[in-house]
Amino acid sequence: MAIKKFAVACYDTEDTLFPAVEKVRHSGYKLHDVYTPFPVHGLDVAMGLKETDLHVAGFIFGLTGTSTAVGFMSWIFTSDWPINFGGKPNWSLPAFMPIVFELTVLFAAVGMVLTYCYLNQIMPGVKKHIFHPRQTDDYFVVVLELNEHSSEAEVLAFMNETGAVETNVQIAEEGWWYGRWDEKEAYELA
Amino acid sequence: MHLKYESIVREPLVDGNKTYRQVTEDIISPIEKKPGKMWYIGFFISLILLGFGAFSVFWEVYFGIGVWGINRTVGWGWDITNFVWWVGIGHAGTLISAILLIFRQGWRTGVNRAAEAMTIFAVMCAGQFPIFHMGRVWDAMYVLPYPNTRGPLWPNFNSALLWDVFAISTYFTVSLLFWYSGLVPDFATIRDRAKTKFRKRAYGLASFGWTGTAKNWQRFESLSLVLAGLSTPLVLSVHTIVSFDFATSVIPGWHTTIFPPYFVAGAIFSGFAMVQTLLILVRKILGLEEYITLGHIEAMNKVIVLTGSIVGVAYLTELFMAWYSQVVYEQDAFNWRIIGPYWWSYWAMMTCNVVSPQLFWFKKLRRNIPFTFIMSIVVNIGMWFERFVIIVTSLYRDYLPGSWTYYSPTWPEVGFYIGTFGLFFTCFFLFAKYFPVVAVAEIKFVLKTSGDNYKKEMAKEDEKTIEEFVHENSHH
Repeated sequence: MAIKKFAVACYDTEDTLFPAVEKVRHSGYKLHDVYTPFPVHGLDVAMGLKETDLHVAGFIFGLTGTSTAVGFMSWIFTSDWPINFGGKPNWSLPAFMPIVFELTVLFAAVGMVLTYCYLNQIMPGVKKHIFHPRQTDDYFVVVLELNEHSSEAEVLAFMNETGAVETNVQIAEEGWWYGRWDEKEAYELA
Repeated sequence: MHLKYESIVREPLVDGNKTYRQVTEDIISPIEKKPGKMWYIGFFISLILLGFGAFSVFWEVYFGIGVWGINRTVGWGWDITNFVWWVGIGHAGTLISAILLIFRQGWRTGVNRAAEAMTIFAVMCAGQFPIFHMGRVWDAMYVLPYPNTRGPLWPNFNSALLWDVFAISTYFTVSLLFWYSGLVPDFATIRDRAKTKFRKRAYGLASFGWTGTAKNWQRFESLSLVLAGLSTPLVLSVHTIVSFDFATSVIPGWHTTIFPPYFVAGAIFSGFAMVQTLLILVRKILGLEEYITLGHIEAMNKVIVLTGSIVGVAYLTELFMAWYSQVVYEQDAFNWRIIGPYWWSYWAMMTCNVVSPQLFWFKKLRRNIPFTFIMSIVVNIGMWFERFVIIVTSLYRDYLPGSWTYYSPTWPEVGFYIGTFGLFFTCFFLFAKYFPVVAVAEIKFVLKTSGDNYKKEMAKEDEKTIEEFVHENSHH
């Protein structure tokens, strides 16, 4: 992934975070991302993010589970190996329902979690850049992406004005890579 | 900006003067310290119990199921009793994490992590019993529908016992996913404040590389909500299906339509009792009294008195239906439960489950911690006897008086049960040491609405008229 330059601003309360995000959006600076230690409601709207479609994936996986269970049991009991249970119909749909339900839930949950990991790009062994160690503790970290035309001093002054408790400029690798969290990356040592 | 307001009438969920940083410190710092002496003693005792359980199971597998006290008449004894008991205990965790999330019960945040862990460990314990009850345990995979060289011969999908296989395994998987997806951000918190190399590496792996971007959190919330929506009918289905193991048979005392709701209520009843037992100890030992407050304990006691009353009504309904049905077999089954050779188990069940939880109607007792602790154990003893009564006292006198018998367990059966306690507490001790016992991110999420210090400021809001309040907050 590309190594880029970022301006980082930390806020210690939502009361300064929201106006700051709004100002960044109006300023024309490129908002890289906002990192928070917990889900902050309304932040996605403030940043202009779309609502996620993850639940649609859950629905589709659920339907896959339903049809797998119905299809599989129907095939087994009507064509592959029909068994006579006390003269009852071979295709006894009501008796299939518990397993149909369980497989619907199982497929929906497993499929959705895998989709979630894929979309969020999280997996054991994945490493990403941490802009501030307290971004998973108590800081709300707003990160702007800089390019060769940006004036660092100007951006930092702008961020300080919005009430940031800490600001700095960092060179960091974008995206994710495989790595160990106890080891420093080459770009961090440089 | 969104509105952070909750009336001061509601009890704070987090006591003390907390900031976000303090929350992290309080919950994560026990993980970073060496465990206390009590932890080592408890863990060691658990390992001994687990070892004895493993030996008992080895004995059973080596010599065969004949070493157990079960016989031709009483085919299900302690094993299935313990299976149903452990599965039932698991239900409280899912109820807290899923159903209370959908009902927007803020107090779940303090207890959901530990309760979900309890669910997972309890289901692990439960699963052992039907598997080793099979006798030839090396053929256990025959219950799975995989293509095989025996035909392929498939399992009977119309059997309640096979439904159980699917229900329990789905329940375990979904609970594990739900629990772990919530743990990932908290592991990231531990990782980012870790001082030692090993901890940084281990929690780096466990946290899946979580960084907490706004989009990730948005998906996180969507995932939690859908998993909660899936787990809610799932948890109800699991004990319903467990009750089908009995209700779809034609044994007097089992063949009743009341079983599914009655089993689900009983499961939640016993599960909350187990949550109380564990959390009263955990909050004390780890110093988390400000997160697992008296309010949390009272809320759970309210659930116990509700579900205990439902269970009580179900017992009485069973008795009424036995009489009203005019079926002699049904009537005899219940008559013998009350005054037959197993009268002591029936009355232990009635006392522990129906009479004693009624004391929780008193607010003083609901908020009394030693009393709650004793009650939580009484309830779990009662719920164990309930399963014993349902299983053994329906079987020991069957249709043929010549095969009537009296069942007592042998030491490998008792040892197996003790061993699952070992498994459960070994897992729970490791969890309490290495995992955040309270959901850190979720506590921070409710802190500014329900934290003690923030609630005090709500007093001003409460005094305002509705017009003033709307006027001040609507322009955003």
